[in-house]
Amino acid sequence: MRLLALASRRLLASLPTLLLVLVGLFLLLQLAPGDTVDALTAQIGGGDPAMMEQLRQFYGLDVSVPIQLGRYLWRLVQLDLGFSSIYGKPVASVILERLPVTLLLMLSSLLLAIAAGTALGILAARRVHRWPDTLISTLGLVFYATPSFWFGLMSIVLFSIYLGWLPPGGFEEIGGGLTGLARAMDIATHMLLPTVTLALIFLAIYLRIMRASMLEVMTLDYVRTARAKGLGEAGVLLRHALRNALLPMVTLIGLQAGTLLGGAVVVESVFALPGLGRLAYDAVTQRDLNTLLGIVFVSALLVIAVNLVVDLLYARLDPRIGGRA
Amino acid sequence: MSTRRVVLASLPAFLAAMQTTREAAAQAVPRPGGILTAHMSGEQRILNPALRASTGVYAITSKMIEALVDLDATGKPVPVLATSWESTPDGRTVTFRLREGVTWHDGKPFSSADVQYNAMELWKKHLNYGTQLQQYLDAVGTPDPHTAVFRYARPMPLDLLLRALCDLGYVVPRHLFEGTNVLENPANTAPVGTGPFKFVQYERGQYVIAERNLSHWRGAPPLDRIVWRFITDRSAATAAIETGQVQVSTYNGIGLADLDRLGKDPRFTVTTHGSEANAFNNTLEFNHRRRELADVRVRRAIAHAIDVPFFIENFLYGQGKPAAGPIPSTSAAFFPADAKPPYAFDKRRAEALLDEAGFRRGAGGVRFALRLVPIPNGEDVPLLATFVQQSLQAVGIRVEIVNYDAAGALTAVYRDWNFDLATGWHQYRGDPAVSTTVWYRSGSPKGAPWTNQWGWQSDKVDALTDQAASETDPAKRKALYAEWLHAVNEELPIWMAIEREFQTIISKRVGNALNTPRWGSADWHDTTLAPG
Repeated sequence: MRLLALASRRLLASLPTLLLVLVGLFLLLQLAPGDTVDALTAQIGGGDPAMMEQLRQFYGLDVSVPIQLGRYLWRLVQLDLGFSSIYGKPVASVILERLPVTLLLMLSSLLLAIAAGTALGILAARRVHRWPDTLISTLGLVFYATPSFWFGLMSIVLFSIYLGWLPPGGFEEIGGGLTGLARAMDIATHMLLPTVTLALIFLAIYLRIMRASMLEVMTLDYVRTARAKGLGEAGVLLRHALRNALLPMVTLIGLQAGTLLGGAVVVESVFALPGLGRLAYDAVTQRDLNTLLGIVFVSALLVIAVNLVVDLLYARLDPRIGGRA
Repeated sequence: MSTRRVVLASLPAFLAAMQTTREAAAQAVPRPGGILTAHMSGEQRILNPALRASTGVYAITSKMIEALVDLDATGKPVPVLATSWESTPDGRTVTFRLREGVTWHDGKPFSSADVQYNAMELWKKHLNYGTQLQQYLDAVGTPDPHTAVFRYARPMPLDLLLRALCDLGYVVPRHLFEGTNVLENPANTAPVGTGPFKFVQYERGQYVIAERNLSHWRGAPPLDRIVWRFITDRSAATAAIETGQVQVSTYNGIGLADLDRLGKDPRFTVTTHGSEANAFNNTLEFNHRRRELADVRVRRAIAHAIDVPFFIENFLYGQGKPAAGPIPSTSAAFFPADAKPPYAFDKRRAEALLDEAGFRRGAGGVRFALRLVPIPNGEDVPLLATFVQQSLQAVGIRVEIVNYDAAGALTAVYRDWNFDLATGWHQYRGDPAVSTTVWYRSGSPKGAPWTNQWGWQSDKVDALTDQAASETDPAKRKALYAEWLHAVNEELPIWMAIEREFQTIISKRVGNALNTPRWGSADWHDTTLAPG
């Protein structure tokens, strides 16, 4: 019950933000030159004034901006995200088709980044200023500094084209008729490279945070106490130090949930994945206002949800915070 | 392979050859005809070529939906849904005999009523370029189920109509569209046609699948299925081709550098064959509202200042040649034998012309400054923009490049007229009257892209345009367009700098490919795929 109250309080508090973001974005996009009909004409490479006039009417672009905004908000109140002009079907269903791919990519990258980042961070902290630390820290810096599209392309060149081990892109084998476990394996092989590519950047951040906070925690009195009690090194590290060292990392994960979606745009393009990131990019270049606003709406909800989970994790990791929540 | 060569010779031979090919293939692999996977670099919003004229729409739908006519290997219109045609001497009535025994994929019979509905309700009212082509179409008579009589208010040249109908003559079923809002019709994204392949599935952002139509009037096609994969990132598309995930990419779907590199790879063919009907130009547009650009000497000077052969050699990997104006040399029916690129590279002449026009070099050697808007279409458009900038710098014209995305650039140039120079593409669609003369004819409504929005007008060019559009004698039409070409090259309202053809990259496993001049938009009824 307390969880539910917390969740609904969070959601209520974020409603005004959500509204502001949507209206702001709507107005911002009015500043972009050209509308979705211009984008369509550019795409088909053939214009026709008569056709363009009809389409403006069809997409409801023949009325003034305030009326368009009013119509949009009125639909939103009725929980209707409108009609996507790129795909000619309701925005809600377009987003629902794409959401699983992005969620899978985000979650698996996040988990990989957290797990590997934590492990490497601990390792580096344990061997601070010695060669494992130097190696891990340098690698982290390289991962962080390299653009993800380059990583993506290079991994395609190596693993798909040169070695031929993994598919170069796509979400699954098309028309392969696979089901059950075979399909899951097929998707897994397709998702391996994108997941690693997206995870590398975040891994670099997490490992540095983990290393720093591990180093700090290891000097605290209670760690010395634990050692004095005669606990083994692994016990001290994992049960006592790690738990406290995790707090800054959890904060960071919450903050970065939105960034992850941004990184997904690049990775989804490079690996031809049909996810939300690419949809957002298409929606911008195609001036598909409804779809773009719908994606912003859904990703805002996602970020809110992630932050809720982070809050709950805090409470779990540090009982003092839970008492106040 | 030798049996396949016979395929084109006659229908019975074709069917027999197909049978043997398929049986041979069946022994080698479990899938008799194979699944051909094609790359699409962009995703069109609808899959209905009777509503939207675009190579991106044809590339997919031409396999499922058929047009009245198509082009044969030599570029002549040949029967598809129409079996024969004739025009009355006054050019106002064109009669099409339609193929009998053709059925839609949903089992209903195809008839002249379908053609009537498409012509009057879709081509004339909605289809881009169709609305202009058919603007004087008064009615389509259907004396019997297999005859359609097109009646025009003004003479319609038969050669223009036939060539245009390859692209603008696709027929969708009347019974699915009549009485509905055609723009919202579900058949726009789940097409029903008469073609050799039937629509199976369209997964937005991923792929479209079509499977062989067993009851096609030509007999079932060799391929089991065609899959079109949407891969917008060019590098990702190249990777898909190199790994064999995708076997064909038409219309320059991957980057010029990769086309050049893979052209040397024995697994692939990279060629302009099969795209002869889709010539295009790299263009340089002038805004004549700028005092300097209103002077023809300045426009000629700009053309003289740009070393086009150097650009082709070093930026386009040799793909293209200096254009002799807006009619490409591949257009045998219209290209005048004596046409030459009108303004060769000559820097000194450029400087002299600019001086003569009264724009002498001022402070810092600058004569005047211009803003250039690239209209994104291919990777070569921004390249040409940069090249123009550098070239004009050398003759004392400072150029600032203003970058927009496609929608923004079209708005800036064609609606807001907020540009001095622009670079883009002009696509030639088989006949100058389809989409070429609109670049020069005055009176286009403001905002209409790829039309004359330059602030330039010539009575002579307007008169020639109108005269040629309703001249029914092919020889006289050709002469009129030669005169027209000469006039626009002389005045240079815009500059068609380079003549190009699209490149296709295709796996050598694909047979009976690239055998018509618009193969990317052909029906692939004879295309085969050898086991890989």
